[in-house]
Amino acid sequence: MASIKDVGGFLASQLRQIGIFVALLVIVVLFQILTDGALLRPANVSNIIVQNSYILILAIGMVMIIIAGHIDLSVGSVAAFVGAMTGVIAVDWGQPWWVAILAGLVIGALVGAWQGFWVAYIGIPAFIVTLAGMLIFRGLTQIVLGNQQITPFPNEYRQLGSGTLFPSVFPASVAPYEWITVGLGVLATIMLVLQQVRGRRARVKLDLEDEPFAWFLTKLLFTAVLVLGVTYLLSQTRGTPIVLVVLGVLVVVYSAVMSNSVFGRHIYARGGNLHAAQLSGINTKRVDFYLFVNIGVLAALAGIVFTGRLNSAGPGAGNLFELDAIAASFIGGAAVTGGIGTVVGAITGGLIVGVLNNGMSLLGVSTDYQQFIKGLVLLLAVAFDVYNKRRSSSAAR
Amino acid sequence: MADHILEMRDITKTFPGVKALQNVNLTVGRGEVHAICGENGAGKSTLMKVLSGVYPHGTYTGDIVFEGKTVEFRDIRDSEKSGVVIIHQELALSPFLSIAENIFLGNEIQTRGMIDWQKTNLEAAKLLARVGLRDNPITRITDIGVGKQQLVEIAKALSKEVKLLILDEPTAALNDEDSAHLLDLLRHLKQQGITSIIISHKLNEIKAIADEVTIIRDGKTIETLDLMHDDISEERIIKGMVGRDLQSRYPDRTSHIGEEVLRIEDWTVHHPLEHARVVVDNASLTVRAGEVVGIAGLMGAGRTELAMSVFGRSYGSNISGRVYKYGKEIKTRTVSEAIGHGIAYATEDRKRYGLNLIEDIKRNISTASLGKLAKRGFVDGRQETIVANGYRKSMNIKAPSVSSLTGKLSGGNQQKVVLSKWMFADPDVLILDEPTRGIDVGAKYEIYTIINQLVADGKAVIVISSELPELLGICDRIYALAEGRITGQVPIADATPEVLMSYMTKEKE
Repeated sequence: MASIKDVGGFLASQLRQIGIFVALLVIVVLFQILTDGALLRPANVSNIIVQNSYILILAIGMVMIIIAGHIDLSVGSVAAFVGAMTGVIAVDWGQPWWVAILAGLVIGALVGAWQGFWVAYIGIPAFIVTLAGMLIFRGLTQIVLGNQQITPFPNEYRQLGSGTLFPSVFPASVAPYEWITVGLGVLATIMLVLQQVRGRRARVKLDLEDEPFAWFLTKLLFTAVLVLGVTYLLSQTRGTPIVLVVLGVLVVVYSAVMSNSVFGRHIYARGGNLHAAQLSGINTKRVDFYLFVNIGVLAALAGIVFTGRLNSAGPGAGNLFELDAIAASFIGGAAVTGGIGTVVGAITGGLIVGVLNNGMSLLGVSTDYQQFIKGLVLLLAVAFDVYNKRRSSSAAR
Repeated sequence: MADHILEMRDITKTFPGVKALQNVNLTVGRGEVHAICGENGAGKSTLMKVLSGVYPHGTYTGDIVFEGKTVEFRDIRDSEKSGVVIIHQELALSPFLSIAENIFLGNEIQTRGMIDWQKTNLEAAKLLARVGLRDNPITRITDIGVGKQQLVEIAKALSKEVKLLILDEPTAALNDEDSAHLLDLLRHLKQQGITSIIISHKLNEIKAIADEVTIIRDGKTIETLDLMHDDISEERIIKGMVGRDLQSRYPDRTSHIGEEVLRIEDWTVHHPLEHARVVVDNASLTVRAGEVVGIAGLMGAGRTELAMSVFGRSYGSNISGRVYKYGKEIKTRTVSEAIGHGIAYATEDRKRYGLNLIEDIKRNISTASLGKLAKRGFVDGRQETIVANGYRKSMNIKAPSVSSLTGKLSGGNQQKVVLSKWMFADPDVLILDEPTRGIDVGAKYEIYTIINQLVADGKAVIVISSELPELLGICDRIYALAEGRITGQVPIADATPEVLMSYMTKEKE
């Protein structure tokens, strides 16, 4: 029978892992109260997701870069550049929307390869290479656009940024809930529960499980309620944003890549101890190179989503995106020294920043104060992490 | 009674789990050059760190009497104020600052907070003249060679009005000419009344310069020999350094030696940065299936450098020579190529080069052979855990589960994780660099048992070790390495510590 002290110790040790989720919850509840319920209104929830989707997409690539021990300051400029290029292709040249999107992703990959080449094979620190990239691609964006906006974009192109899945044809008075959204949400919940239960069963079989069943159940129930809650809210809007589906697929795929693929393992090994990784036969240069190709493609996708949402490609697009993505990664528990971090953590970190932005806007807080508060949150989140690490390492001694 | 500048009495220093020094006594006469000798890990450097305040008063027991007064140094600045200056093996110079700036680093000549450059450079030039260095004081440290850097360190010591100068392996990284110059300088300083303590492995140097030599072994003072008045041979010093009894700390093994697995021929490696410096010099060696081959050598002999350069050129530049596996020449240009040819190298520095300390046991074990566990680019996590659990049991890794972080394990268990990683890679040749460094006796025995198991399975094993008794206890054949050259090859039947030590200290003719 576990004593109360054991339970307390266990909860304290879990706090570090779930601290970020608790923080998100606290912020949501706080703003829900402060805004008199405006935060969790269906339209606003949909808004938060769409508004932050490009930051979340960038955060996935960024946390991978940070886990490997690098940084990428150029993603905002790259997103703007790709947005501009797709504008040229789709609007100025009149090519079909899918040609523009495909070309945009390829351009992102090439940009990533360019930066990866300098980092991996010439050995210039990523900070320098991507600082240069930030200037280079911002400059190219302005050159391509000739300092003018490109607008409007084809309707299909815009779907990725602002479209919803099979928008309901019935007015709200006839069908209060959008059934495709409900179906998707229930499906996602079932898959999540199945995956968690199966994972736990495998761990128990291998004698690896040290998590009490009650705790597992609490966490699972909580997550399920969360997903169903968001589903419920979204079902009262025009439908599931397409970008949410894209984001969901990205999170699932990249989580699997990071935790189970050979490439993902090599990223953690590279960031955790470069020398040990090299002496284990890992081609760390190739890992670095493909990491930058990857974030190039994700930055391109973010640029396309952003451009589609605004229905215009402008020279100032994507400004400071890199800092939001970096902040999301660190708030989400990534280590500055590399080797630690998760995709889900970065997404949660991104949502914290997103909810803060949205909540403060609803409250009418001016942007200067918003920056100030976001800065403090970043500092405190990392300080909390550092404090936890120090405590756990002194406890181990 | 003779005039003693320094007396260290009953110095005992313990680290968690290890007694590094045990009632050590050291008496140094004023104005002499006093040498300290001992094997790697005997406690020489620890003793000097106690003396210079790196380990402050209170972290050791015993008394230090300097200039007739009992002293209690709190840190290096404290000991330097009294005139005790230590020059470490790894020089502590800032590479992009000038010679003069380095000499007065932390001790700047200033007027009202601003550095007086004219006086700084002038004083530096005077000090440089005293150590016989004719370079301009404004030259950057990185632009002068190691030999000259050593002299700058001594000039820095002189600027602090040194009375007792401690040099830790001062000639280890120097060529013959620079070494000779340094020894001359020490004689010169002696005439100026500066006492020095020199730690060195080079017995001919000790004989040439020291008045007395104190021998330390296993953290204890063995004896102090008077080199001025008595006729002491190098063999006599060696006997003092190694003369300990070999207990049965090693599991028995009957050798079944098979065909040659690996042959290295004419292997030459240059320093990665100073391309002119030869670190491994024309070395050739072989190892056969079922054989444990030892490589003995003192600090700086090039043991690790030899091993790492063979293992995918992980060290050095301008590497030349040939590697044969089962008689066929192979290329080992990258680590993955070396692993592909069935070579594994377990590093001497497991925390820096061997493990990802923020990752768990199972992922450390699988990291060199993920290909074996992966299908279409994705790792089979179940299989990975089963493999890791297998090693946890067979290697007796003491940890709550294979999901425990390696950073939280003890040294012995970390080493077992490193060994598991390489055993899972299933190599034909394992190079184990200091496999028992920093781990306790019980875990050492387990590691030896694992080595025996490996050769019983027909693997070839190369063990690099600083501990001669260990090599004598587990090897079939031992190579001695000195200054990058293989100076001898001794079958176990003929090997004694004395024989090996004489090869290990053999100078270039």
